[in-house]
Amino acid sequence: MKAVAKAVRAIRPIRVKRAFGAVVEGEALVSTEGFSPRYDLDRWSGLISRPGHALEGHNIKGKILITPSAKGGIAAGWAFYDIQHKGIAPKAFVFGVTNPVMVQGAVFAGITITEGWSRSPYDHIRTGDLVRVDPKNKTLTLVRRKKSA
Amino acid sequence: MRLTAEEKKMLRGDRGRAVQEALELQLEVGKFFGAKQFVPVSNVHMMGDIEVMGDSGKSFLERAAKLGAKCARPTTTNARCVDFAYVDQLQQNPDEVRKEKELIASLRQMDVITADTCINYQTLYQPHLGEHVAWGDTGTVIYANSVFGARSNFEAGPAALAAGITGRVPAYGFHLDVHRRGSFRVNLKADLNDLADWGAVGKIVGSAHQDYYAVPVFSGQTFGAKRRRPSADELKHLGAALASYGSMAMFHMVGVTPEATTLKAAFGGKKSQDTITITNRDIERVYAGYDTQKNPLNLVVFSGPQQSLFEMKLLADLLRGRKVKAGSQLFVTTSNGVKSAARELGYLQAIEQSGATVLEGVCFYILQNLPQMRVREGWSNLVTNSAKLANIIGAHKFNTILRRTADCIEIACTGKDVQ
Repeated sequence: MKAVAKAVRAIRPIRVKRAFGAVVEGEALVSTEGFSPRYDLDRWSGLISRPGHALEGHNIKGKILITPSAKGGIAAGWAFYDIQHKGIAPKAFVFGVTNPVMVQGAVFAGITITEGWSRSPYDHIRTGDLVRVDPKNKTLTLVRRKKSA
Repeated sequence: MRLTAEEKKMLRGDRGRAVQEALELQLEVGKFFGAKQFVPVSNVHMMGDIEVMGDSGKSFLERAAKLGAKCARPTTTNARCVDFAYVDQLQQNPDEVRKEKELIASLRQMDVITADTCINYQTLYQPHLGEHVAWGDTGTVIYANSVFGARSNFEAGPAALAAGITGRVPAYGFHLDVHRRGSFRVNLKADLNDLADWGAVGKIVGSAHQDYYAVPVFSGQTFGAKRRRPSADELKHLGAALASYGSMAMFHMVGVTPEATTLKAAFGGKKSQDTITITNRDIERVYAGYDTQKNPLNLVVFSGPQQSLFEMKLLADLLRGRKVKAGSQLFVTTSNGVKSAARELGYLQAIEQSGATVLEGVCFYILQNLPQMRVREGWSNLVTNSAKLANIIGAHKFNTILRRTADCIEIACTGKDVQ
């Protein structure tokens, strides 16, 4: 166990390029596929509902969603505010590349959002790991590995 | 960000709470993208209807209206989710319809012009080269940047409303020269004789380069004996598909769009990262890629973007004297202005006499109650000539099939695929 904690500490934080919002800590939900709150999400339950999506069946509520890209158009702009008010929003969106709609939507809803990463998070962070997003210092940090079942 | 004296006053609350909150939102977005200043805008286009914003968005608008928010620039609205004349026919939810009416009242209180169209660039306002605007609906933004040489980012509903209230936007993205230069080249060698062919080009190019800052440079279309210049409607379908599949906000077309007088000018000193060539075979491959899954072809839709008057005439010419097959449905969406003109010209009657339903002020994609309608009507396949619609409506669990305009009409009248 100590060895694992040491290994986790040894992983340097990933630098993000741009960021907004409060410091948040939460469970990572890691997607290899892009995300749209309009195309992929059931906006009443928080479940990723689009058949065939890499995260189909996962719930984004309270998670830190790590996803390579933004999908979808302008209609997504109201969606983050909507899911925030329904209590099913994630704690943060960590995008590889995003577009202004996602940023405008997240700022409007007061949800932490980042874009760009200094190295791929896919090598270090897995779904279920505890991670911290620090927009001020522009870092994404692995705090604790998911406990193996 | 550097703020002017007026912007400092706005931020302090000297111009009222609504202006202060709007600028605060814009400031955070500007800081995120590293904007150095704000830039004044002359025109705003926003998306705001009950289907996309939900109850929380409606409450936000009502609060803004109560705070005395007023648009400082002409601000128009995008297509919405209800055509009030068709609520009963489509069995839309009365509660949501009432909310949509209340929402429109709030917008009008703020001096928003509820024109309810996604083809404002064809019917309402044509900005000039270098003019800064704040437009929502991705199809409108890519048309503004590319065809007019105006300057806009994707402005989502709340961001566009903020721009209307403050009369400015943070200067980042497509407001800056640096992002407007071409990034890769597309050599068009296909004939492209139908609107759907142009959408298919947008699908091919957009899918291959999913990046807001990717700017394709099209060449080849205006050269050679058989080549001709694309029409506004063809550029509309190209742009809408590029924005939908690629999240793109701008393209150049050499000899056609104003910032691409030459190939060199389009790239502005940047090197092309890639070259794609599109031939007739590539276009045919797009059409062949759709599968009916052996389900009936009983729904055909012309929407996303709304139809121009020229498209309405084309549909009227194709439908005159024909009938939509029993058990099938054909939907057309357009703006209030175009529908009125089409009625005067007799196009509307020719379309409606075939059994088609022509809705105004809406987009099929966001129709209130569409998921329930799909189940009730037993729809599985959706046939359309809009590559954009074929892409986005999958979210409502439709299986989509892109076909050329005349083929769509054939399918509507016979129920048989033409491929």
